[in-house]
This record gives sequence, C-alpha cells and structure tokens, in this order.
Amino acid sequence: MSDGTTRRLDLKGITKAFPGVLANDDVSFSVAPGEIHALLGENGAGKSTLVKMIYGIMQPDAGEIRFDGELVHVASPKAARAMGVGMVFQHFSLFEPMTVLENIALGLDEAISYADLEARIREVLETYQLSLDPHRTVATLSVGERQRIEIVRALLLEPRLLIMDEPTSVLTPQEVAQLFDTLRALAARGCSILYISHKLHEIVELCHSATILRGGRVVAECDPRAESSRSMAEMMIGGALKEIEKAADRSFGVERFIVGGLSLEADDAFGTSLKDISFSVRAGEIFGVAGVAGNGQNELMLALSGERPVESAGAINIDGNPVGTLNAEKRRRFGLCAVPEERNGHGAVPGFSLSDNAILTARTRKNMVRLGVIDAGVAESYTNEVIGGFAVKTTGAKAPASSLSGGNLQKFIMGREIMQAPDVLVVSQPTWGVDAGAAAAIHQELVDLAARGSAIVVISQDLDELMAISDTMAVMNEGKLSRTLAVGEASVDEIGLLMGGVHGDPDATADYAGATHAA
Amino acid sequence: MRLELVKRKQPSRAMLYLTPVFSVLLTMVVGATIFSLLGYDGPGAVWNIFFVPALDPNKWQDLGIKAAPLILIAIGLSVGFRANVWNIGAEGQYVIGGLAGTGVALATWQMEGWWILPLMCLAGVAGGMLYAAIPAFLKTKLNVNEILTSLMLTYVSVQLLYYLMRGPWKDPEGFNFPQSRMFTDSQMLPEIGNTFVHYGVPIAFLVALLAWFILSKTVFGFEIRVVGAAPNAARYGGFNRTRTIWTSLLAAGGLAGFAGILEAAGPYGQMVPQFPTGYGFTAIIVAFLGRLHPVGIMLAAIILAISYVGGEIAQSSIGLPNAASGLFQAMMLFFLLATDILVNYRVRFSGVRSGGAA
Repeated sequence: MSDGTTRRLDLKGITKAFPGVLANDDVSFSVAPGEIHALLGENGAGKSTLVKMIYGIMQPDAGEIRFDGELVHVASPKAARAMGVGMVFQHFSLFEPMTVLENIALGLDEAISYADLEARIREVLETYQLSLDPHRTVATLSVGERQRIEIVRALLLEPRLLIMDEPTSVLTPQEVAQLFDTLRALAARGCSILYISHKLHEIVELCHSATILRGGRVVAECDPRAESSRSMAEMMIGGALKEIEKAADRSFGVERFIVGGLSLEADDAFGTSLKDISFSVRAGEIFGVAGVAGNGQNELMLALSGERPVESAGAINIDGNPVGTLNAEKRRRFGLCAVPEERNGHGAVPGFSLSDNAILTARTRKNMVRLGVIDAGVAESYTNEVIGGFAVKTTGAKAPASSLSGGNLQKFIMGREIMQAPDVLVVSQPTWGVDAGAAAAIHQELVDLAARGSAIVVISQDLDELMAISDTMAVMNEGKLSRTLAVGEASVDEIGLLMGGVHGDPDATADYAGATHAA
Repeated sequence: MRLELVKRKQPSRAMLYLTPVFSVLLTMVVGATIFSLLGYDGPGAVWNIFFVPALDPNKWQDLGIKAAPLILIAIGLSVGFRANVWNIGAEGQYVIGGLAGTGVALATWQMEGWWILPLMCLAGVAGGMLYAAIPAFLKTKLNVNEILTSLMLTYVSVQLLYYLMRGPWKDPEGFNFPQSRMFTDSQMLPEIGNTFVHYGVPIAFLVALLAWFILSKTVFGFEIRVVGAAPNAARYGGFNRTRTIWTSLLAAGGLAGFAGILEAAGPYGQMVPQFPTGYGFTAIIVAFLGRLHPVGIMLAAIILAISYVGGEIAQSSIGLPNAASGLFQAMMLFFLLATDILVNYRVRFSGVRSGGAA
C-alpha cells in the first residue's frame, strides 16, 4: 500500500467465469476508509458480478479480497453483513402491504423486539437527517422513501463499506440531491461507499475516485473530479462517443396521434389509475413522457399500445381514426407499433427463436400469414432484414431470443417495430439496461424515424435521455400528465418538481426550487 | 469428487428427445427391481409388459385399439398444456362424450340410416366440449383453478354414468344388469377388413397429423404457444388469453368426448358402468411423454398401449396384480419429470470445490 494506511477494501486479481463469458478478468482495485469510490462500466462490463462477490452472493474463481487488511472468504451475504458490508440493491425487496418497521425487522439477521428496533431506527434517521415514518405502510411510500428503507436497513448494521447499485435510476433530481447529502454524511463518518452507476455527471459530483470496467477488465482508474462526463464515457465504451444527429431545421406536420380524456382504472391495488390524460403528437415529433417510476407509466403504456383497451374509442386517435377500444393487433393495422419496457417475456418471448418473435408483432404488417397459416419463409427473411438493419449480434434468425444480450435483444425489438414503418410508435424505456453504444444507435433510429414523418411517444425515467431526443415533453405524476413543455424551454429543476408532484403553480415552483438550491 | 448440476446456456435439444427414452428405460430397471423384491419374477414382468405385446403381431391390433383413445385425448390435452391450461378432467369429458353419444344411440333405437353414427359422434364431441366449458367458464369469469374443477367434475360424471346405467338407461331386456341396450349395426363403428380394428383407430392417427399442422403452422398454434410461454408477450402480440383458455379447453373436451363415443361405439358396443378405465388420466402421461408434440404423442400412446396390453398378459402369465401396469405408467411420468432437469442442466463431475482454486 503506497500511502501506508490500511485500505477498507482491497481486491487483487479477482476472476470469475460463467459458461461462455469471463465476467471478471484479473480485477484489482482498492477503496480507502471514508472514500466514495465509483465503479463504472457499461451493462455487461462485470460490475454486478464483482459486487456480488464482495457481498458474498457468489465466490470468485480466483483472486483475493481483503477487508481492513485481512484476507477474507465471503461465504454468504450474512457473512458479508457480519463483516461490516452493507448493500442497497437497485430493485428493492420490500413487502408493500407491511409497514416500514416490519420490513426492516424481516431483513435483520438477529431477533430484536419492535420497540428496540424502532428506537435504533429513529437514532439512525436522526443521525443522518433522514425523514421516514416507521409505521407507514410501504405501499403508500414514494420510490425515494422506499430506497430510504433499504438504506436504513443497511445503516442499522453500522457498515464500514456500503455498496449502492444504481441507486438514482428511480429518483427525481431533488431526491438524488438528498441521497447525495446522506452519502456524504456517511462518508464523513468514515464509512466507505462503493457507488455503481453509469450516470457520469453524478459520479463527477459525488465520487472521490473511480474504477472503470470494460469487458470484465479494469481499463482505467481516475479521479472523477478531474475528468469530464465525456472523457469518462469514452473510457467506458472504449471509443469516441457519437452525438445524435438531429436536423436543426426540422418542422412538424399535422397531429397524427391524439389522446384526449384518457382514463383507466388500475387493475390491482398497487397500480396507478390514469386520470384524464390528454396530449397530441405531430408528424415528425418525439414526445417524451417523464416521471418517477410507478406514477402510471406502465398503465399509460398498456393503454396506448392496446394491451389494455379503454372504454371510449375516441380517447385515442391515429390519423383521425378512433382506436381506443381496439386491442394491440388491431391498432397495428392502423399503424401503431409499440415497445414495452420489459424485454424478456413482454417485448419478446425468451424461449422462442428471433423468427418466431418477429411473427409475434410483425405478422400482419409484414404479410406473414395467409388464411391463418404462417409463412415461415417470409418471417425468416424479415427477421434477417432486422438483424442486418440494426446490427443485431446473433447467430441467426433461428437463435432463441434468450441467447441475445440485453442490448442486442433491445436492438432487435426496436428494429422489428421500426422496420414495420409505423405511423405512430410508442416506446417505454428504450435504452433501459442497454450499453452506451447500443443506446446511441437506438436514439438515432428514433430520431430518423421521426424525420420520416412518424409520431413518436417515448416514456422514460431517464431525464437525460428525454432531454436529448424529444422535441416536447410532459411529466407523469400520480396518474396525471402535466401540460406539454417544449424541451428547449424546460429546465431540469422545473421538470424535477413536476415529477415530485408540484403542479402548475409557478410561485410554488419558484419557492421550492429556491429552497432546494439554498439547501 | 462430487456431482454438480450446471445450468446450460441453452436448453439441450438432444436431451429434449432423450429424456422420454431415459424415463422408459429407468421404469424398466426400477420396475424389475421392485417386483423382484416383492417376490415376483421382476425381469419377467418387464418382459411381459413392455416386450411381449410389441413383439407379438397378434397383439398389434389390440395396441392400435388401446392407443386410439389415448392419442385423441392426449392431443386435446397437449393444446391446453402448451397454453398453461391444466385440464386434468379429460376422463370426465370422455365419459360425458360417451354418454352423449349413447343418448343418441338410445333415441335412434330401431332406426336405420347412415346418419346415425355421425350424429352419435357429433353428440360425443359436443358433450365433451360442454363438459369442458364448465371449468373454462369458471376459470375465465371467476378465476377458479381449472385443475380442481376439471378433476372434480370427473367424479360427477362417473356418478351420472352410474345413475343412468342403474336407472333411466338400463336395458329393459338386460336381466337387470346395470348397462345400456346393445348398439345396433347402424350405431356401431365398422371394423377394417377382416381385422377387429375399428375405424376410430385410423381416425385418431389422422387427427394427430391434423393437430401437428395446426399447432406448428398456423397463427392459432402460435397463439397457444405464446400464451403458454409468456402471457404478457401474448397480450402485446394481440392475442387474447381468455379466448385461448376457452379454445384449448373446448378442444380438449371435444377430443376426449370424441374418444369416448368411439370407445362406446367401437370396442364396447354399448354403455356400461365399467366404461371409465382411466384413459383420460393415462393420456396426461402420454401428452408429457410425447413432449406435447403430436408425433411424440403417437409414439407415446403406443408405448402406453403396450403397457396396458402387457399388463393383461402379465396378469395371466406370471400372476402380476392388475395394478402393476398402472404402477409402470406412473413411474414413466415420474422418471420423465425427474430426468427433465437434464434439458436445462448438465451434470458435471468435479474434483475441486468451486472458488477454491487460486
């Protein structure tokens, strides 16, 4: 150790192989006490595998892990927690009908009375200035508050290393600022933080050091404060970052996709009902729908794509044709294609070949069916067109969808819909879990499709993505859609406040924004 | 050294075809062992049950007759099983189909005409479909589990059969035996040439080929597969789950009912209380052993038919109990489900503990 102090975490030569891939190849880096260390890399770079080994979910094939200078074998997450490692996962494991207190009690390794536990929880909340009511039911909490439960759960164990896996992907900008305050306070008390993310501006803002992984190997270590988002992105993808090419003089045509007074009851207790949603999208326009997850985006997607038809036909119109009561297949005949958020089991059937997955949504528009009989040849040639046109890496049209990486499958699904030349395209989270190279390609295809005169709706939680590709946008909050903003004139703060539910009162917005900036 | 199961990157196609063979072989080995331990001639039992019927040409006609209802019912069940609709009550639909056809036969007693037999068949199909419509309705309207409803309805159908045989449909000239009138020539399935194989046997094989075409080549077959594999993707593709539940249950019920009337109008030639012999349950084994594929189902039905015929031979030749063939059939399903893990996992013998090497 060059500086002579004991490192909190020290990895040497960590290697882990799965059938067909080397997920981690000779990975070494270390984290000092009280340091916020970023682990950066594209999807599939090996970040998750690495932290799973630190947290004891899996064990390395080779290499050593030292914790506070001691060589350790982390046999299980329980062993990791006992050692002083806490982890907050990207996907929360919470029981919605139960209270905060009950949820935390369930996750503890030791048995402790509710009264003692509550006292300890309140102590942690006090220390880190977190607001959370231990007696509230999880179902009534926002995503930011739910994440706080996970953080409190980890902090109760007084960890010396806290691992945060993509913690901000579901938060509003204001919630992100609060989270960062908490993490800084934690680091100031000597707890090390391993922060996994692909959002570079956050890393620049928060982290003291960064390790960049690509293809399972460490390709660079840097001080994010001395780098730009762009320079780190290029280290991450190992090449120059492509800008989206968007014609500056683009103009919009007639309104092609009109939604008016769309309401839909949630179909389960924890869903969000849609309330009187109205917007319109013109030819050549990309309309972004921002919002924190769980505010009705899933229901909006199902209602727009036709997976859940609504009662009023006139609530949704494609080129003047009312289609509200039609199912997804009938809407495709009117020119509406869609890409849902979840790839596996929704956008595609994992066990089916790519060719069969092409039949799933392209059979009508691409004439794959005659008298109820499928023409496998037509399906296969269309599949090959999609594979070629969207540079999908696969062994061919007969390969099962499950054999493709997330990014490649997403490219295939996007390609399958875009090459049907839809008049209206509705996509949800188009680049969720997709590497930067594939994301750039998908963004460019969406912009190009709009340039050819289609109307496009993009529902996304990634505000940066929407700011980059959409022309106009609105924000969803509790099943309602805000007024439409032109992207050029909307500020991130304003959108963030709409995401948090401050609607249309300019004074309140200004006050609130001022308050957060001051804080 | 220890055994490890390692997940395959892709399901093994070879294992998909091999595990049914493994399960039959394992059944033979374990069956021979069990019956030897019980004091019977174990290898002899296996020989009688699995080989004698297949090797003796005199038994082949019998195999066809036993395989026909199994094929028809298993084909219908496979449609539902592909769509994750678990109709366990084919036995009941088979009984009701047989009864519906018998009803037509009794109503047309003393009549003659070419139309009687087709009408009986139609009634059989309709009866099975109506009986399967009950679980379909309960499942789609009230979300009641079809496994329970279809199974329980089987027992209802058997009681209905007993009632009709002992009451309204009892043969007035039958010396008070609980059975229906004998069917007339216009009501019986003719036999092919000078064999005793009735026309239901080739019909069953034709239905299997037709099912193969529909399931593998049409949008309907595609829909069934998608609904079973990924319900959300099915909805996204514009397929309707409710419609799929209805069609798959009606197809299964219709084919089971058809099998019922072919049995009644073929081998039985009347309706008797002993009519339910478990074809509806054995067909579940046939459907899985045949990998829910029509061609596989034809082969599996022949294997199960062999075990039925062989069970009878073993009873008389080495005094095996009647239940022995049922035991062998159940073992086949059990071993199939057990060995199916090899489709998604492979076995690795490893000397070192993983994670230990450095």
